[in-house]
This record gives sequence, structure tokens and C-alpha cells, in this order.
Amino acid sequence: MIRFDHVGKTYPDGTTAVEDFSLTVDSHASVVLVGTSGSGKTTLMRMVNRMVDPTSGRVLIDDEDVAAMDPVKLRRRIGYVMQASGLLPHRTVAENVATVPHLEGVSRRRSRSRALALLEMVGLDHKLGDRYPSQLSGGQQQRVGVARALAADPNILLMDEPFGAVDPIVRAELQKELLRLQSELGKTILFVTHDIDEAFLLGEKVVILKPGGVVAQEGTPSQILADPADDFVETFVGSGRGKRALHLEEVDGRQVVVDESGRPTGVLHAAPESRS
Amino acid sequence: MTWILANLGLLGERLLAHLGQALPPIVLAFVLAIPIAKLANSRGWLRGGLTAGAGLLYAVPSLPLFIVLPIVLGTGIRSSVNIIVALTIYGLALMVPSASEALRSVSGSTLQSATAQGYAPFARFWSVELPLAGPALVAGLRVVAVSTVSLVTVGGVLGVPSLGMLFVDGFQRNITAEILSGIVLTAALAVALDLLIVLGGRLLLPWAHSRTGGGR
Amino acid sequence: MSQLLEAFAWIGDPTRWSGPGGIPVRLAEHLWYTALGVAIAALIAVPVGLYVGHSHRARGLTVAISGAARALPTLGLVTLFGLWFGIGLTAPILAFVVLAIPSLLAGAYSACESVDPDTVDAARAQGMTEWQILTRVEVPLGMPLLISGLRLAVVQVVATVMLASYIGNGGLGRFIFLGLNLQDYPQMLGGSILVVALALVLDVLLRLLERGISPRGAARV
Repeated sequence: MIRFDHVGKTYPDGTTAVEDFSLTVDSHASVVLVGTSGSGKTTLMRMVNRMVDPTSGRVLIDDEDVAAMDPVKLRRRIGYVMQASGLLPHRTVAENVATVPHLEGVSRRRSRSRALALLEMVGLDHKLGDRYPSQLSGGQQQRVGVARALAADPNILLMDEPFGAVDPIVRAELQKELLRLQSELGKTILFVTHDIDEAFLLGEKVVILKPGGVVAQEGTPSQILADPADDFVETFVGSGRGKRALHLEEVDGRQVVVDESGRPTGVLHAAPESRS
Repeated sequence: MTWILANLGLLGERLLAHLGQALPPIVLAFVLAIPIAKLANSRGWLRGGLTAGAGLLYAVPSLPLFIVLPIVLGTGIRSSVNIIVALTIYGLALMVPSASEALRSVSGSTLQSATAQGYAPFARFWSVELPLAGPALVAGLRVVAVSTVSLVTVGGVLGVPSLGMLFVDGFQRNITAEILSGIVLTAALAVALDLLIVLGGRLLLPWAHSRTGGGR
Repeated sequence: MSQLLEAFAWIGDPTRWSGPGGIPVRLAEHLWYTALGVAIAALIAVPVGLYVGHSHRARGLTVAISGAARALPTLGLVTLFGLWFGIGLTAPILAFVVLAIPSLLAGAYSACESVDPDTVDAARAQGMTEWQILTRVEVPLGMPLLISGLRLAVVQVVATVMLASYIGNGGLGRFIFLGLNLQDYPQMLGGSILVVALALVLDVLLRLLERGISPRGAARV
């Protein structure tokens, strides 16, 4: 469990990234922070592994203040995936995945076989293990980034717009893959994105942020869609217009879902399928 | 201090002679480097060859070059022409690669849009490509100027008059003040030329203040 | 051109290749002074440069110092130290160290700075200590630039060792200044050719090292 307790971050030059933010992320839950640039979402995420130290308030992991922990040890037990894969260009893919186990003193052979297994787990051929990152596509590099984050079998996974730099088709694939992994592994995931569709797809709980880390609304995707807290949220999720402003029309006795401009987008069944 | 006051005339004379040997190579290297770089950029093999050659040339110490050149030029060993020619060659060794890089850094789409607007090739080079490469050219010129001013002193050991003679004379006659004033004047001359180039760059390229910094 | 032939004849003369003032002895002196000067300078400049590059502290100051040092006339330093410290190794070595520092310093901090900040950020987020980031990420990836700084320092010091013969030290420059005093042009020219050859050989060797050491997988920009 991760708990943000009234945290704030003001930089020495006087700019305030986050004013006063509180949130609890339950164990094994996946929570998405979503907001535009300047909302402080990345700053908040980086407080968890002490890449950023808050200037006020506390961040607790399982009721223990991270400020009291050694940042290096803390980071080694938290997985971190970032937008630019951040892989070491002079190490092979397998060596990259094995970075943390290797730092922790696991033997080269054991950390390598673990790395190859992880590659398979994130949907990559283990033969890619001996390539260098520059020989991989952007989507493959992001998968390696996920494998690397999982290498030390952390309970917590921090993901900072991990799929932001890949094309839409690959992004959709990676999102699906992440959902599959999460259903198998049940990690505590804190995910940051500016893409509301991605947030609704991946988050059991979604937190919409205004600039300065102010929580506009917090809830499940359906709660937010059904009852947006204010105009900001309504505009942000686009529930008032466009493809989310849907209504029903009856055609030949069946319920057809139609969007704002009158284009049919689907058919309504009596018992809607649950979200995967 | 008394030595300096008693020899102000000599210092001025040496400073002028120094400037006379430093300025021509700096100007020549700059003016010649641009067409050479332009030519090199249009032919890949030439560019690679010139860059590699320039790098090697820069490794050659200056004194041997001052000694070898009289054979080729038919000048005397104490002639300042040797110094000017040798330092022009060094200047080119520094300036051609940086000019080539500078011209290559101008974005192709900018040039294409200039052509599309009806610039003839020379007009395009003169009024679009050269100004856009300007900040990087200025950066290269600064390195050439500082290095040239410092290298002129080496001619002193051969008896070519310049601030370098102050080192030779001061060492032989055991006058620390003479050597020190030589060092200070050389460094001051280098800094002054460097500042002039920076100011000139700001006047000619007012949009690019922040980019004129940096060495090679 | 006949003078050039005379110079090569001077180099080829077997009597030059033995005895206390022969070419092998002068060459060894030249190499020894160069190695000593560059090594001492590296001990000072490389740690400072890596610290500056890694921590981004005092960067402006370091750039200014290494830039200003380039404006210092080599011959001026050599003669000044010669007057102050007299005959012996102190004066020339001090000059070599001062003149080698700017290139080494610039090589070291630009080595760190050449590494993609995202790569460093990711390494830190994985739980690498600052020392591990420096030794396992920044130094290996920046190694070509570090070697390039070393090469420029070596080239600079080879030229300075030659000038230091003027104040009475050994090295290949001896031949040049001896020839100058005796108005013996072939000897001057012969000495010059030897110095140029030495500088070029060292430059090429270090360029090969630079290329060979560039880490696999890391595309050079």
C-alpha cells in the first residue's frame, strides 16, 4: 500500500509543482494519475521511489515513511518504467533486464536465466536477449523496460507514460499485454499518463489532476464518466460531447448506440459484457 | 615593473608585429574555409578526407612547420611569411571541419523552402545558408583566433619578431617581467580578438545571441 | 628539395642512432616527459572533470578555465617556469601539466555530459548509487570523448616538450635548437621531421584506441 499524506513540492526557485496532495493506493490495485503537463503527476510518482523528495507531507509504503529509507535500497525494490526506455545502450537486452539482480549480487548465470524468462513473460523472444537496445523497435524497447522493472520481483510498479512514445497500434498491444500481466502478477501499480482513454482502460481507480497536483476527481472510470465532479473533469474526459456523448436510438427493434453527430457506433445488448 | 615602464616602446612594437602575423591567418582561414567546406559538403569522399587530414595536421607541432616551409616557399627562416602561411594552414585545419559542420547544420527543409520561394543558388547561399550557419561559424572562428594568437609566439625561438621574442629575450637575460608581460599581452590580445568576434557576431547575427558560445 | 634529402641523410646517419645524445635517447626522453606530464595532469583533471560532468556543479567555471588556458602561450609558460625553477625537471613538467589540463578536463566533463540524461535518470531509478552511475554508465559511454581529450593533451604536450628543449631539457627538440645555434639546417629539419613523426604516430594510435573503445551497441553521435 502506498499512501500520500498531504505532500507538497516547491522547488528552490519558488515554483510549486504540487501543493497539497493525498491519496491511498491499495495493495495489488492499479491506480492511474492522469492530467495535462504541469499537473505534477510525474513529480508525485517520483516521490514514491525518492527520485523527488517532497518539501512537505509524507509518502508511506506499508505505513513506513520513505524519507527514512535508503533511496538506493528503496529504488531497487520498486519497479520503474519510463517513457524513454532509459535502457543502457552499451549493455545487451538481457544485461539490462538483469541490472538490479546483478547489483544485488545475484550470480551472472542466475540473473541471466531470470532475465530471459522475463523477456518471454513480456512477450519477447528470448533470442533478443543478446541484442543491444538500439537494435530493437520502440515497442520492443518498452517491453524490455517492463521486464527490467519486474526483474527484482518488486511489489510496486511505477509507470511514467511508458507507452507515450510508441505508435497507436503498438500502444494498444502493450496496454493489452500490461492488463494480462497485471491479472497474473497482481502488483501494486501507479501509472501516470495524459491520455484519458489509457487511464480508463488501465486504471481500477483513476485520479484526475488539475495543475499543481490538485485532485479534480478520484474514482472508478464508470463513476467518473457517470458523474463528473465539475466542468474541468467533464471537459477533460469529454463526457459532454464527442464520442463519449452517446445516446440510444431504436432501429428495427434493437438499441443502437449513436454519438453526438448522429453516427452509429454500436449495438446495445441486454446484458452488456463486463470490462475485460 | 620598472622594466615594463622603460620598455613600453618595445612592447608596443612587438604587439604590432604580433598582430601583423596573427590577423592575416585568421582572416584567410575564415574566408578560404567557407568555399572549401561548401565544396567538401557536396562530395562525401572529399569531406571525409579533409576532416581526417585536418585532424592529423592539427597534431603537427608548429615549430617544425615553421622550419620546413622556407624550403617550399623559398623564404628565409626568419621571415614572417613562414609564420603567416603556417598559421593559415593551422587555421584551415581548425576552420574547415567546423565550417563544414556549420553549413551541414542548416536544415534542408529551410533551404528547400528558400528555393521554392525563388532564390537563385548564389542568393540562397548568401542570404539564407550563410547567415543560418553564422553562429556555428563564429564559434569556429573564435577557436581559430585564440589558437593563432598563441601560436605566433613560437616564431620567437627562430628570431621572428613578435611577443614571443619577449619570452626568448627575457629567458636569456633573466628578466621575469619581460616574460610575464609577454604572457599577459598575448593572453590579452587573444581575449580582445575573441571579444571582437563575439561582438561582431552579435551585430551581424542579432537573432542568435545565445548560440554564439562554446568552443570546438 | 635537396635540403630535405640532406635532412633524411642526417636522420639515416648511423652515428645518430647511438651514444648519449643519439636519436633513441632523445626519443625516449621525449616520450618519458610526455607520459609524465600527461599522467600527472590526468590525475588532477580527470577526477575533477568527471565530478563536474556528473554533478553539473561549477560547470561554467570549469568551461571558462579550460577555455582561458588555451589562450596561454606555451613558450611563455616554458620560459617563465624555466627562469623560476632553473635547470631540472620541475619547470618543464609543471608547464606540461598546466597545458595538458584543459583538454583532459574538457574531455572528462563532456564525456559525462554526452550521456543521454534519460539513461542516467533510469539508472538512478533502478537503484544505482551515484558511484555506480559514474563507473558503469557515464564513464563507459563517454569513454571515446575521454580518450579524445587524452589525445589532444598528448599532442599538446609533445609540442611543448619540443619547446622545453629551448630551456635546456632533453627530447627531440634538442636537435632543432642545436641546429639553430650551429646554423645546421639539415639537423634542424631532421629534428623537425622526427618530432612530426612522433606526434602523428601518437595521434593515430590514440585515434585507433578511441574508435576501438567505443562501446558496442552505443551508436556514436
